[in-house]
Amino acid sequence: MEFIAKYHSFFITGTAVTLFLSFFGVILGVVIGVIIALMKLSKNKVVSVLASAYIEVVRGTPLLLQLYIVYYGLPRLIGIELPDMTLGIIAVSLNSAAYVAEIIRAGILAIDRGQMEAARSLGMTHGMAMRYIIIPQAFKNILPALGNEFIVLIKESAIVSIVGIADLMYKTDTLRGITYKPFLPLIIAAVIYFVITFTLSKLLGIVERRLRAGDSSI
Amino acid sequence: MIQVSNLHKKFGKLHVLKGINEHIEQGEVVVVIGPSGSGKSTFLRCLNLLEQPTDGEIIFEGVSITDAKNDINVQRQKMGMVFQQFNLFPHLTVLENVTLSPIKVKKMTTEEAEKVAFSLLKRIGLEDKAHNYPNQLSGGQKQRIAIARALAMSPDVMLFDEPTSALDPEMVGEVLDVMKKLAAEGMTMVVVTHEMGFAKEVGNRVIFMDEGQVIEEGCPTEIFSNPKHPRTQDFLGKVLK
Repeated sequence: MEFIAKYHSFFITGTAVTLFLSFFGVILGVVIGVIIALMKLSKNKVVSVLASAYIEVVRGTPLLLQLYIVYYGLPRLIGIELPDMTLGIIAVSLNSAAYVAEIIRAGILAIDRGQMEAARSLGMTHGMAMRYIIIPQAFKNILPALGNEFIVLIKESAIVSIVGIADLMYKTDTLRGITYKPFLPLIIAAVIYFVITFTLSKLLGIVERRLRAGDSSI
Repeated sequence: MIQVSNLHKKFGKLHVLKGINEHIEQGEVVVVIGPSGSGKSTFLRCLNLLEQPTDGEIIFEGVSITDAKNDINVQRQKMGMVFQQFNLFPHLTVLENVTLSPIKVKKMTTEEAEKVAFSLLKRIGLEDKAHNYPNQLSGGQKQRIAIARALAMSPDVMLFDEPTSALDPEMVGEVLDVMKKLAAEGMTMVVVTHEMGFAKEVGNRVIFMDEGQVIEEGCPTEIFSNPKHPRTQDFLGKVLK
């Protein structure tokens, strides 16, 4: 207790950074993931192969390596210095996007063909049918898998501590160094991570139940 | 209104439509019958290009819809379609199902679209279901909503793809009643069906298809009482016991 009273600010700022990074990582990851999923489903072979290649490469290489490439490589590549936090968000979301893309693609393919046909027969363009008919239904079906991916992202965001982004993991390590207590900070960090992911999991459960409102049958 | 010439459709090596020539006139109710696998559904689905014909031309209201230069989305607004499996949008309420396309495609205001929707729902006797979701409805109700959804775009022609085949027998009547009313109001209709009673009572013309070809066509009384082609005789002999 005395420990927490003395060092709580470390955990609070660390948690804030982790939440910030995860929040924007998830948002950006979903946006990029939707784009890659639609690219992979595209009839244009080149576009579809590009998307597949992206997914395979991201899934087939370690996240740590990807983080290094983005963190050290991206600023040189584009010739602009970016804030550490931005680079961290980019690395985490680019990784997550590949998994999100596969989840979304599976969700879209699972929607009955008749839904697209009905939408098109009413004069909607392919894009409108996707936006108003297919994606909303797919989203409902993939929410559990997507929620799982969000939780993975929050946990794996801890990796950015390696390049010196002051997230919860980084602060925890700092505290271990300052206090010579090897164990206690880790336990506290573990509890915080768990509370974040467990809360998210419960929130997603509520959203899921809301979305299922139309599914009750007579 | 719809002019079909030399329509061919192949699925890989399977030759489903082998040169169909048909002309569907304004206000006509054309009923397409035939054994399963005869290509009648494929023929119907080619009319609004849900299936892309392999060869041939379809002209709808003077516009060649098989010509890729013409925007099919514009033509489809004038061609309503009703499916065997209803294909209502399960994540939307009945009212949203009916108003979505008028609002998004025809750019109607929500108010206008809902007014149209309620008058259509009233016509099919389901205005009290406006705020229900499709899964809360019976098959017959779903299909009537699907008809209303297509009518909300005020189409010039309605295409029906076996609209009663997925229904429990006691619900077939309510859907056929809506279709009969529609025919009586002068709607141009092309109906693929196994309901011979409907064909006899409402159809102006019956087309009998087999193996991707039109074998025989004519007014219902003639086809049903005096079929000329042996295959038509054989088919009708089986279904009109």
